[in-house]
Amino acid sequence: MLSFAIPLLAWVVLSVSGVVVPTFLPSPAAVVRAGIDMASTGELFDDLWATTQRVLEGFGLAVLVSVPLGILMGSFTAGQAFFEPLIGLLRYLPASAFIPLLIIWLGIGEPSKIAMLFIGTVFFNTLMTADVVRGVPGELLDVSYTLGARRGEVLRKIVVPHSLPGMIDAIRVNAAAAWNFVVVAELINSQAGLGHRIVLAQRFLRTDTIFAVLVVIGVAGLVIDVLLRTLRTRVGKWAA
Amino acid sequence: MTLELRNVAKDYTVRGKVTRALDGVDLEVLRGEFVCVVGASGSGKSTLLSLVAGLSGPTEGEILLDGVPVTGPGPDRGLVFQAGALYPWRSVEKNVAFGLELLPVDAAERAKRVDWYLAETGLHAVRKSLPKQLSGGQKQRVAIARALACEPDVLLLDEPFGALDVQTKEDMQVLIRQVWADTGTTVLMVTHDVEEAVFLGGRVVVLASDPGRIAADVEVTLPAERDLAVKREPAFLALRARIEDLVREQHRGHVGRVAADG
Repeated sequence: MLSFAIPLLAWVVLSVSGVVVPTFLPSPAAVVRAGIDMASTGELFDDLWATTQRVLEGFGLAVLVSVPLGILMGSFTAGQAFFEPLIGLLRYLPASAFIPLLIIWLGIGEPSKIAMLFIGTVFFNTLMTADVVRGVPGELLDVSYTLGARRGEVLRKIVVPHSLPGMIDAIRVNAAAAWNFVVVAELINSQAGLGHRIVLAQRFLRTDTIFAVLVVIGVAGLVIDVLLRTLRTRVGKWAA
Repeated sequence: MTLELRNVAKDYTVRGKVTRALDGVDLEVLRGEFVCVVGASGSGKSTLLSLVAGLSGPTEGEILLDGVPVTGPGPDRGLVFQAGALYPWRSVEKNVAFGLELLPVDAAERAKRVDWYLAETGLHAVRKSLPKQLSGGQKQRVAIARALACEPDVLLLDEPFGALDVQTKEDMQVLIRQVWADTGTTVLMVTHDVEEAVFLGGRVVVLASDPGRIAADVEVTLPAERDLAVKREPAFLALRARIEDLVREQHRGHVGRVAADG
């Protein structure tokens, strides 16, 4: 609790004492008011939903691609040899640097934003999934073969269940990254979304609105984290 | 059922250097036998089991089960590792059921067999537990029950009690003798514990090191009905001493060669 209380207290002191001009640092009360204003017109929820939807689409697509690819890379040396060098390189290219290119390729609408989210998360999630899969103990695989399991059965009945908690961990880490990327993507020509709301507020020097949106982004991120963490605990309760 | 190893050799390549782990191994295990393999480190004991299990192939020679060459792992040769290698997300009964789920066995028959092997290994009370809730001895019971549930021609045990404390180990020795007597299964077991080998085995095979070869094949001339008290009898102690001497001899040779190489 203290880790929240101290910065909050500092914020109150700085803004209320008038040391910093309200335009730069709005008071907590002003931020709450801005938040209530946005909520009462419903635009906050529209923006929140627009942003969430983009994350679900872009990151969801990344998960759909990266999980099978990661399992392939983690299970088969040939898969690793083929994909690892390329993906290892690609993950170092910053997704935000792709924005101009994606706009040229896909236009300025939704597809380029979804694509950027996808690029920003798919490579990391693939490599992390592959690592988790490689962590399945060899004895567990060997013993399964001696019990009559074939390759596909070992993959389905051993590799996937053993890796599931670790794969959810990877998704949790990369969901945070996706949540960051989406706001960046929305700063450029969007019609809705929390990033779009921040750009609008900036035009009118409404720092209180910007702060309120930041709080909403933080809380939404926390909710996602808690949800995935709960899922991870439920799925991984067999782990020692 | 006969398990036959004919002139089996196995090479390993580590960083371009070829090492022979086993050489010229001839071994025959008949139906219903309990054969223990002892040997110092570097004698290729575990390699031998992994070859019979079909997890790796021999460099030379062949391994035959009822005259048919072993080409890969299968449920006709059940394997138990020292650490158990249980599926941590499956309950005890689901661990035991694993092999049966892969066989064309219907659910009722599967439940019946799982029940029988849980009872045989004394696991009924913990059947719903997860592996992490079990003691070391219980984990090994699950591993044994799981391998036996497929009713293999031969049960392969790779130092299965090596990590257990002395009392648990003796409990497990009595258990595996009982299971062997009840099921009539054939057992090939690797251990570094000579006392254990003499107590359990009908035969004890001693491996020599560098490369692993069969140095001796000793018949255990003790009554088939044994309890732990037999371990104090003169005949047992004499046999144990004789085999320990054989192992020690091989071990000294191994240490001497390692020193000469260094």
